[in-house]
Amino acid sequence: MTTLYTSDHEWLRIEGDVATIGITDYAQSQLGDVVFVELPKVGRSLKKAEAAAVVESVKAASDVYAPITGEVIEVNEALAAEPALVNSDAGGKAWFFKLKISDKGELGGLMDEAAYAAHTA
Amino acid sequence: MRAHENSPLKQTPLHALHLARGAKMVPFAGYDMPVQYTAGVLKEHLHTRKDAGLFDVSHMGQLVLKAKSGKVADAALALEKLVPQDIVGIAPGRQRYAQFTNNDGGLLDDLMVANFGDHLFLVVNAACKEEDEAHLRANLSDTCEIVSLADRALIALQGPKAESALANLCPDVSSMKFMDAGPRRVADIDCFVSRSGYTGEDGFEISVPADKAEALVAALLDNPDVLPIGLGARDSLRLEAGLCLYGHDIDTTTTPVEGALEWSVQKVRRSGGARAGGFPGADKILAQFTDGAARRRVGLRPDGRAPVREGASLFADATSAEPIGKVTSGGFGPSLNAPVAMGYLPTALSAVGTTVFAEVRGQRLPLKVAATPFVPNTYKR
Repeated sequence: MTTLYTSDHEWLRIEGDVATIGITDYAQSQLGDVVFVELPKVGRSLKKAEAAAVVESVKAASDVYAPITGEVIEVNEALAAEPALVNSDAGGKAWFFKLKISDKGELGGLMDEAAYAAHTA
Repeated sequence: MRAHENSPLKQTPLHALHLARGAKMVPFAGYDMPVQYTAGVLKEHLHTRKDAGLFDVSHMGQLVLKAKSGKVADAALALEKLVPQDIVGIAPGRQRYAQFTNNDGGLLDDLMVANFGDHLFLVVNAACKEEDEAHLRANLSDTCEIVSLADRALIALQGPKAESALANLCPDVSSMKFMDAGPRRVADIDCFVSRSGYTGEDGFEISVPADKAEALVAALLDNPDVLPIGLGARDSLRLEAGLCLYGHDIDTTTTPVEGALEWSVQKVRRSGGARAGGFPGADKILAQFTDGAARRRVGLRPDGRAPVREGASLFADATSAEPIGKVTSGGFGPSLNAPVAMGYLPTALSAVGTTVFAEVRGQRLPLKVAATPFVPNTYKR
């Protein structure tokens, strides 16, 4: 299992041809208290860099982009009921959606943990 | 709103304290202001409703209006040329909400006016303060002196424990009622205190000499009930209280009647009153009191959890192509644990309970017109 990161502060956990996607702890700390999460529909085909989900704090709405191309195969319904999970466990229980990866070649453009740490330093 | 992007940001006398308390700073009306501290907007909002919150609002304008005759009634009569409120009727030691109108009946700014016995004390919005001062000078200089109190900070202390926190430093404030205002000694500092605010909670606004502001705030923050609160929670608190934000919910294109601010225009200034009219745009505004206006500001409660924010178009139904109005303020209300908004609708569709739709990310979300305040206010009347 590999974890990769984007410059837009999303993380991807890669297991076989499935990527689980969420936002990083750094991202949630910048957003502040999350009060609403809108998730994509299961079955939707997402293109890399397409707006896939929305995360809203008291103050503002932010888009979550698809870091890679793929089909949505599962979404985290728990986030709709408890948006604050994004603040308490961004890297774990607060995953947003799972994608069936279309092109593993796209993973090459993403950062590993060390590169992401340098990006947010 | 003025464009301040090219000039360096100004700082309030409490700037160093914001940084020391871990505030996240943002540009606001030309000032570098705290949008939140380490607790975050949600906790700061809830703390203010439960205990007490301290806000730095020193960016706002503070002005003295004094008649050359020395009589406060003459300053009040002069100011009535620029606002549709009964200023003459403000008793000494009392304060009232007012608006500067333009010739089209629109609003140049909203403000607080207090009678300090021999002069009037005005608090105006930060983004409008230069224009407001120029407007006063251009229109009232023949009879009045206008003094900008740029050397004073302004602090708001809001919430159910505001009275006990301030009474520790000035026992006299306990006897003040909502909208009482006047000079008070607070922690041995000469201050102007009013029992008012912008959160819907009981509380105070305290004008303090700039060089004493940090000492006063430090004394207030020594009280564990009091936390510093940023502009983020100030906005969510005032939105839940149904209070207008100038430049958003009201502006130069909205009249007091369209803005649902009829309550702020006393009968003596309306048609048939002893001092009816006589302010810019009076013909249009007074006609709207009689005939109504085509549109009206309303409170809105989205049905679901999704916040509907400023700028969202409003529609009569889920499919119609033509928008009927617009959201002017919207977000999440932490005390309601639900989204809240305000906006303008055709008066025919402005009744409480009416369902309308907002377009958010390409979807039509239902909202209901709701009475404001969304959260009951707790003013000490």
